[in-house]
Amino acid sequence: MLAQNKTTPFLIGYRLYVIAFFIFLAAPLISAGAFAFNDSLFPALPWQGFTLDWFFGDTEPKLGMFHDRRLLQGLYYSFVIAIFVAALSVFVGTTNAFLFVRGEFPGKNFFYILMVVPLVIPGVILGISILVLASDTANLFEDRFDLELEFLRPGLLLVVLGQFSFIATITSLVITARLKKFDDTMEEAAFNLGASRARVLRTITLPFLRPAMIAAGIVAFLVSFENFNTTLFLVGSEAPLTITMYDRMAKVGSTPVLNAVSFFLMVGSGLLALLSIVVQRDKSSG
Amino acid sequence: MQNKDIKRLSLILLFAPFALWIILLIMLPHIGMVILSLKEKVAPRVYQYSFANYLEFINEPIYWNTLLRTGSMSLLVTALALLIGFPIAYYIAKIAGPRSRGGLFLLCLIPLWVSDLIRAFGWILLLRETGVISNFLLWTGLVGAPVEFLYNDVAVIIGLTYTVILFMIVPLVSTLDGMDNSMIEAGYNLGGNGFTVLRRIIIPYAMPGIVAGCIVTFMLTAGSYLTPILLGGKNSSWFTEQIYNQFITRFNWEGGAAFGMLLLLFTSLVIWLGLKLSGQTLANTVAKS
Amino acid sequence: MTDTSPYDLEALGVSKNFGSFSAVKEVSFDIPSGSFFSILGPSGCGKTTLMRMIAGFEEPSGGDIRIKGKSVLGTPPNRRNVKMVFQHLALFPMMNVYENIAYGLRCNGVGAADIKRKVQDVLERIALPDVGEREIHQLSGGQKQRIAIARCMVLDPDVLLLDEPLGALDLKLREAMKIELKLLQHQFNTTFVYITHDQSEALVMSDNVAIMNQGEFEQIGTPQELYHHPKTAFVAGFVGDSNRWSGVVKASDATGGKVETEQGLPMSFSSAGEAAIQEGSKVNIFVRPEFIRTVRAGDADQLAETGDNRMDGIVDSLLFNGANSRILVRTGSGELVEADVTLTGDNDLKPGEDVHLVWSAKQAMCFAEQGTA
Repeated sequence: MLAQNKTTPFLIGYRLYVIAFFIFLAAPLISAGAFAFNDSLFPALPWQGFTLDWFFGDTEPKLGMFHDRRLLQGLYYSFVIAIFVAALSVFVGTTNAFLFVRGEFPGKNFFYILMVVPLVIPGVILGISILVLASDTANLFEDRFDLELEFLRPGLLLVVLGQFSFIATITSLVITARLKKFDDTMEEAAFNLGASRARVLRTITLPFLRPAMIAAGIVAFLVSFENFNTTLFLVGSEAPLTITMYDRMAKVGSTPVLNAVSFFLMVGSGLLALLSIVVQRDKSSG
Repeated sequence: MQNKDIKRLSLILLFAPFALWIILLIMLPHIGMVILSLKEKVAPRVYQYSFANYLEFINEPIYWNTLLRTGSMSLLVTALALLIGFPIAYYIAKIAGPRSRGGLFLLCLIPLWVSDLIRAFGWILLLRETGVISNFLLWTGLVGAPVEFLYNDVAVIIGLTYTVILFMIVPLVSTLDGMDNSMIEAGYNLGGNGFTVLRRIIIPYAMPGIVAGCIVTFMLTAGSYLTPILLGGKNSSWFTEQIYNQFITRFNWEGGAAFGMLLLLFTSLVIWLGLKLSGQTLANTVAKS
Repeated sequence: MTDTSPYDLEALGVSKNFGSFSAVKEVSFDIPSGSFFSILGPSGCGKTTLMRMIAGFEEPSGGDIRIKGKSVLGTPPNRRNVKMVFQHLALFPMMNVYENIAYGLRCNGVGAADIKRKVQDVLERIALPDVGEREIHQLSGGQKQRIAIARCMVLDPDVLLLDEPLGALDLKLREAMKIELKLLQHQFNTTFVYITHDQSEALVMSDNVAIMNQGEFEQIGTPQELYHHPKTAFVAGFVGDSNRWSGVVKASDATGGKVETEQGLPMSFSSAGEAAIQEGSKVNIFVRPEFIRTVRAGDADQLAETGDNRMDGIVDSLLFNGANSRILVRTGSGELVEADVTLTGDNDLKPGEDVHLVWSAKQAMCFAEQGTA
């Protein structure tokens, strides 16, 4: 090892550095979460005592997040968007996995790189490019056929498509990695035992992929939930939570209710992330 | 043969979602953006093709200065993330005990699942004049009056490094994890010291991970919007902010599209250079992580 | 074609080409009902391709495969009553033992009550009645093996194919499983077709063995026939150990002849191959180590009852392996000859001793050299 024939002080220093790093990692998260419980109108020191008002308070000025209509609506839209993005991304990720692991076709490597590319395009650019295309198409229909295609205007559909455009790459990579580990003789064994093609897919291959599909779905859900850059350009009147929070921060300034939302989101995504790890440690992976 | 037809049919069925995704959501939008960026408004609802939007970028120093600033700060953040992250990744992959390894890795991942917005918000609460650090310094008596740490380049760099460092550590840990410890031991055994082993064995081995981490980190930094604006304040001058201003504030879509293309070209160029210089490809770096 | 064929499995001139490479060339064989048949060959000889054609995963380029007298060409693998135990078993890790065994029955639409009865029945026959609820990863190597066989046998197949299923086991378990497989085959009384590159597996378990080399069957016969009466030089060299000499035939008649080896030593043989060997043709002679008797140079009286061939040399080294001990003797012309010896621990041969090696012409198997063998 790197530290093998170094003196112990080196190792102690190394450990201190690692500890310092994790403090650096945790500090903003703790400060974002902790002030949710401070009984003060501002998310700042000094500590005024513990309160849950920023979650459950029902009167101004301490209107808790669970009584704040705008925030709840944002939460709801984020949830709806994330569900659709996750479902769509897992579906396309699964077909992509089969396409690139099982399929043989010319230009496979080129197409594989094409599949990875959305991940390295800045989210802002994905957002504006989809906005431009959707608006162009909508304008075209309006001018030529006098048809108002409302769904091509900024709104939920565009947000879902915009987020899907790069989250599909993430799910494809996760599910492809799992399918590559599949032992093909398992399918042959099932055929040999009399199963039809559809039955093999349903009883053998998909169950094998299920942990990766669930994990990919959770990742997609979380990435969608926290996305800001792509969403910013595509959002209509139904603003998801991150946009609502940003508006609040820009207009009202930081208030502890934002800390409460942050705490809520951190706990929620932490639990979901943990769940995805548990699912992937499923017995059939061994 | 019947079997072949089934195979062909299923290949087409599998290719369809992929093609729809890539063509409708990636290729056509970008083509649309190129076309839009080449349009110039000459009268209300009258456009002609020209390079006017790009010329404006060149003629207006504030624009290309912003792009250069975004690019150089992104490179700086990438380098910082690598320098800070590599020892951490090495510690997790090679030095930590098998039990703490998984836990440390998970700790690294947790901020990954927290929105940019919340992370930036956390930094604001720490760094601002009434924030935790300023208060702490007052309390210790090191300073006599509250200090504003926010709204400067250092805050932006700290915030960005914080935001992206996980994307550096994760691919590094997975490549270093795959490295056989005996390779390092053989390096020492054959007479290398810590530095030569690091330079001649560990870093070359980890190169795909390093490059993957750098690409993702650079893209995320150059394309980030929230962190520079929230931590840098009014004069953060990040290029994505210019794009937003063109699109949303000034409703100049043609100019915004041109700026978007410039950002894309610029970042692609940097990544292409990085891949060329390190002798890696996109397929064996990012696609693997 | 008859309705009731005495053979469970027949192959008629089966070939398989991958591009210009022919993996299997015109292979024909028939396997009587209820027997244990092995296909033995080095890796890459085409045996796995042959098995995949029988199971239906590959279509033959030529020839016909018949199961119970009926051609199965064009029948998809899930419609053939040929079940297969895969090299790495391919048990389904997402199902427990019960569900693994019930899988094929469910595919065939068997009723729930019948499934339960049949699964329990087959578990008892493999002497693992209580493992139904276990997960696959909780089983030992030998148990997995038996479950993989049970999963096939519960479907009452016409033929059970086994693709080197013992390859992944450790040596001790492999020895035990050899015997167990043979017993299971007796118990189910189903035709087993066993593929392996391990000759001891094939010899111990099989009623008949086919030796396969470069896509062709060299010889089909009982293990004893293959061992004692190989028809080709490949079989003689591949089955069992042998010492090998190259030489030219000096005299030959219907029963045997004399050869002069490349080292210039005379050697007599009995004809082994099918065709009589011409005088003057180049040949290979194979002599198994257990048929070579080693006599100390001093014990001249023992030489009285010697065989037809004799060689003198010095013991180079002892390869002690209990009952299978062997010595390496360096002969006057410098080559090493292997001979089996019984080492009792008392007055044994030692390296450096002068010895005579003797064997009978009957034990010297002679084959004409084919091309550049």
